[in-house]
Amino acid sequence: MSLQGKVALVTGASRGIGRAIALELGSHGAVVIGTATTDRGAEQIAEYLKAAGIEGAGLCLNVADDASVAETLKHVQEHLGQPLILVNNAGITRDNLMMRMKDDEWFDVINTNLNSLYRMSKAMLRGMTKARWGRIISIGSVVGAMGNAGQCNYAAAKAGLEGFTRALAREVGSRAITVNAVAPGFIDTDMTKELSDAQREAMLGQIPLGRLGEAEEIAKVVAFLASDGAAYVTGATIPVNGGMYMS
Amino acid sequence: MSTIEERVKKIVAEQLGVKEEEVTNAASFVEDLGADSLDTVELVMALEEEFETEIPDEDAEKITTVQEAIDYVLAHQAK
Repeated sequence: MSLQGKVALVTGASRGIGRAIALELGSHGAVVIGTATTDRGAEQIAEYLKAAGIEGAGLCLNVADDASVAETLKHVQEHLGQPLILVNNAGITRDNLMMRMKDDEWFDVINTNLNSLYRMSKAMLRGMTKARWGRIISIGSVVGAMGNAGQCNYAAAKAGLEGFTRALAREVGSRAITVNAVAPGFIDTDMTKELSDAQREAMLGQIPLGRLGEAEEIAKVVAFLASDGAAYVTGATIPVNGGMYMS
Repeated sequence: MSTIEERVKKIVAEQLGVKEEEVTNAASFVEDLGADSLDTVELVMALEEEFETEIPDEDAEKITTVQEAIDYVLAHQAK
């Protein structure tokens, strides 16, 4: 499985699943651009890529801001090449019960987790259609399919991501561009470290494999979808959740 | 230096994967040259690049034949 010479852009790559994806794609030869919302995050990405001997860069990008997306993509195209692999990974949570949810909590999650797909994919598709090859891989969540109390905003964004994936897959299939999603279950990251011990125990009881997943276990599936081996997979959402939800 | 007409026809042939002799002035992209909606969007983008101009969506929708593309480029050429 080689991604030699391909340029991959991974959003939200400073830590967690995004970091694991950036490293995994890089290990298969891709030039990796990892983005983060802060300069410090971008520096961290540049450092770990360098330490792993991966060609690429860490850049500052706010996926919730049109101007930031346009500026970053221009910089990438001029200095690093046309990205043909896009991994929409950046995401946030703002959990609250529906009856208490604030406008900000709702709109911030939809903007960062869902509107970002529109912005990023639209910006990158031109290069992919010209190349007659492309990969758009978005990171969803098991919550998009099964729901979760306190996460109406997050679940709505993640379910929306799956619909977006299927529609765009139909639209650009004729250009050999595949569009897929990976839906992680509970993965051991900063996002899930916020849970209490009781919540964690309850959760583990629902997972046939009896453990949390590792970020690397998501990254391996993303790398497969990015590879030529997955050329006939499109419009799919691949669950990687230890069996906690099966459809 | 090729004429604008030649350059437009060359791009149309390349983008739509048809022979240059099929690209007559009267040819419609969709009816005669088999373009689908995505092809026409890509064609407009290719014209934008070749002639270093921006074609607004409302204008792009009106470019449906080879002649209309030639006319548009002639009218909007950088002076």
